[in-house]
Amino acid sequence: MSSTFDQVATIIAETCDIPRDTITPESHAIDDLGIDSLDFLDIAFAIDKAFGIKLPLEKWTQEVNDGKATTEQYFVLKNLCARIDELVAAKSAGA
Amino acid sequence: MRLEYFQLIDRIVDLNVGEGTITVEAEVPRHNTIFEGHFPGYPIMPGVLLIEAMAQSAGWLLIAMTKFERMAFLASVKEGKMRSFVNPGDLLTIDVRCLHEGSGYAVTEAKIRVKGELRSNATISFGVIPFPNPELRGHMDAMARRIGFPLQAATP
Repeated sequence: MSSTFDQVATIIAETCDIPRDTITPESHAIDDLGIDSLDFLDIAFAIDKAFGIKLPLEKWTQEVNDGKATTEQYFVLKNLCARIDELVAAKSAGA
Repeated sequence: MRLEYFQLIDRIVDLNVGEGTITVEAEVPRHNTIFEGHFPGYPIMPGVLLIEAMAQSAGWLLIAMTKFERMAFLASVKEGKMRSFVNPGDLLTIDVRCLHEGSGYAVTEAKIRVKGELRSNATISFGVIPFPNPELRGHMDAMARRIGFPLQAATP
């Protein structure tokens, strides 16, 4: 988890020019860090590349829009990192 | 190239969905009112239209990769470089490679060459979403036939 968070925080800091020390596991990417949807595409691209996965952004967005999930579940960084770890594990299991 | 209709590409000459690549040709018109302003006495193809030509080429690649079920909308242009002038009458060869097909977005790398010489290149990202209405889908179907889109390449 810490390793995943460190990588994600570094990606966010470099992609969005946000000071690294302001990014914590509790940070909400949108509400706290002010990352908009376009910048989040750059972050998703970097995460997809770094971890060899495909973040299911469309599915997550649909779930939020349908009221089946909250943005906190996917965009608070500790939760985002947990989702990334799940995707990496699923990929490894399927490989 | 029909600038007045914002149709920047003429024909698809190669498409490889598996590899995520496309090659497109486009001939810059010899005469167009755009060149009266850009620039008087020194006509050159505007760089923004070169970007658009690369974006349209990449768009067709992404339409093919999504089996003609989705439309690509320009999201960002990075490292866009106009390396040397493109002139009226030039034949552009545009090569695009898909760097990454994400969830609802894609990142591509495009290059424009004239007679083998690199004139412009950019990294271009798109939002890739289902066609928003049948009218646009129908328009793209018609356009696909005009530019020689190999429909079999997009068959599910």
